[in-house]
Amino acid sequence: MLQIIKIAWRNVWRNKLRSFVVILSIVLGIWAGLFIMSLTLGLNEQRMNGAINTYLSHIQIHNPKYLNDPDIHSFILHRDETLSALQQNENVKAFSTRANVISMVSSSKGAFGVRIVGIDPEQEKKVSNIYTMMKSGEYFTKFKRNPAVIGQKLADKLGVKVRSKIILSFQDMDKEIISAAFRVEGIYKTSSSRYDEFNIFVKRQDIDRLAKLQGNIHEIAVICPSINQVAQTTAILQQAIPDSQVRSWSDVAPELGYAQKMMSSAIYIFMGIILFALAFGIINTMLMAILERRRELGMLMSVGMNKVKLFLMIVFETIFLSTIAVPVGMLLSYLFIQYFAHKGIDLSAAAKGLESLGIGAIIYPYLPTHFYFTITLMTVLVAFISSLIPAKKALSLNPAEAVRSI
Amino acid sequence: MSIITTKDLFKIYNADSEIEVRALNGVNLDIQEGEFTAIVGPSGSGKTTLLNIIGGLDQPTSGSVIINDTEVTKLSSNQLIDFRLHNIGFVFQAYNLIPVLTALENVEFIMMMQGQAKDLRQKRAIELLKAVGLEKEINKRPNKMSGGQQQRVAVARALASKPRFVLADEPTANLDSKSTAQLLDIMAALNQKEGTTFIFSTHDQRVIDRAKRVITLDDGKIISDV
Repeated sequence: MLQIIKIAWRNVWRNKLRSFVVILSIVLGIWAGLFIMSLTLGLNEQRMNGAINTYLSHIQIHNPKYLNDPDIHSFILHRDETLSALQQNENVKAFSTRANVISMVSSSKGAFGVRIVGIDPEQEKKVSNIYTMMKSGEYFTKFKRNPAVIGQKLADKLGVKVRSKIILSFQDMDKEIISAAFRVEGIYKTSSSRYDEFNIFVKRQDIDRLAKLQGNIHEIAVICPSINQVAQTTAILQQAIPDSQVRSWSDVAPELGYAQKMMSSAIYIFMGIILFALAFGIINTMLMAILERRRELGMLMSVGMNKVKLFLMIVFETIFLSTIAVPVGMLLSYLFIQYFAHKGIDLSAAAKGLESLGIGAIIYPYLPTHFYFTITLMTVLVAFISSLIPAKKALSLNPAEAVRSI
Repeated sequence: MSIITTKDLFKIYNADSEIEVRALNGVNLDIQEGEFTAIVGPSGSGKTTLLNIIGGLDQPTSGSVIINDTEVTKLSSNQLIDFRLHNIGFVFQAYNLIPVLTALENVEFIMMMQGQAKDLRQKRAIELLKAVGLEKEINKRPNKMSGGQQQRVAVARALASKPRFVLADEPTANLDSKSTAQLLDIMAALNQKEGTTFIFSTHDQRVIDRAKRVITLDDGKIISDV
């Protein structure tokens, strides 16, 4: 067997240019496939993480009625018990209480429907990174009376800047329409222009006072130490506060979870297509190699090399080509992905389209380690399957004819 | 003692068609152990076909080939491969060495397939390469050797498995006269010294002159045997 392996290995290097071309095509195939995979996963990961870090958080708690009708009266029942349950759960890293009120915002330029999110800024900083996304102004540090932080898109639509006044009109707990002036203290810009257009942040104490909420809240955003603890924590919290609806980020935004699953499957299909194309390249090269070596293969059969050894020799040759190419392709892909994972790929030209999908203009490719192993196995398997046709062709040679062929 | 016997050997290509070719037309032949035989005849007379059938590389349309009490024409393809490995040495017109192996490795290769231990096969390979005058070339690959040297390696390889006989199909066709003479000297010496049976198919008068027995074929029939 060692001799067969030795011959197969040396055969790989008989025609260096051809072997190099095959190896290069496998390397480039792997590189292209893995890079596209990392880009796709990176896009999705960014979209998911962006949504979680900006507005979804890991877990959200609401009054079940609020989910069907976000009415001001659908506040969280048993607020103190709920907060106590959160404080006692060690998987809760941070949480922020929010008072949400559907409202109309108006300026001299127009009026638009928005959601007022009443927050405690210091609490909110622990569950949302919007405070890091300020395009201008400050995040609740300067103005004492009715400050508001609004999205860039909304500011553009309203034609307002920092320090401009806006009027918020909403129904209070007594079903009276209240109008109040707020001053724009800061303008934020997330990766989702839709979010920026719809959400105005104010201090919870301000909206509480104006809407007569009496300390009631509509939403609690919870962050766990890691995303892996979300499902378990959700279940535990739901048990502890049965009157509220406890939902994980994937329940709140199922499309993000579906997208992640769909993309994981899609990238395998994509890689499968690349490998399928590669398989034809390998088959073609090996068939060429066999046609060129008909006389030699005829001799080997004539002098007594049995079919199993001949078959193995061809299979080994093909597998060697791929086993040289796979580590090179993997290393190249790894270095490439790591480089851009830190540096990012600037897609500013498509920024508007990406932002409407909730993705920033800089894409950071991301590929979990297990994909490298899976693709290695897939490539070697494809090489093995590709070797079967040339090996079968070799076995079908008539030694008497092959040995005399030119 | 008879080592090879062919009985009523027929080989018809494209049978039952308008372009039927009768390559062998009832060949009856006995080859004794230790013979140095040349099978001669014009192109298309059936020399190579006869050698292929004796060597188990091709099947006759009818008739039988018996080698040392084994009717090889009845063996399955896998049995034939094994039979060839242990009983027949081949020398081809175009040398047909394995280009990625050295001379030593080429000679060892057959013994390796026979499952012989490394030290034994290396020792025999070196002995054989010495016998064909290539002791200085053992680590050279075929592309670094002349045609004559390559054919001598092929002879050493053919003998490595200690075959019952060696079939050589036009072994001197690609060689110059000096290399031909050297090769024939070596094969004749091995024939005399080790009693190895050699059967050649050839056009080459130099080979015919050195053969102890010359069988002439024409139109697939033996027309003389001297």
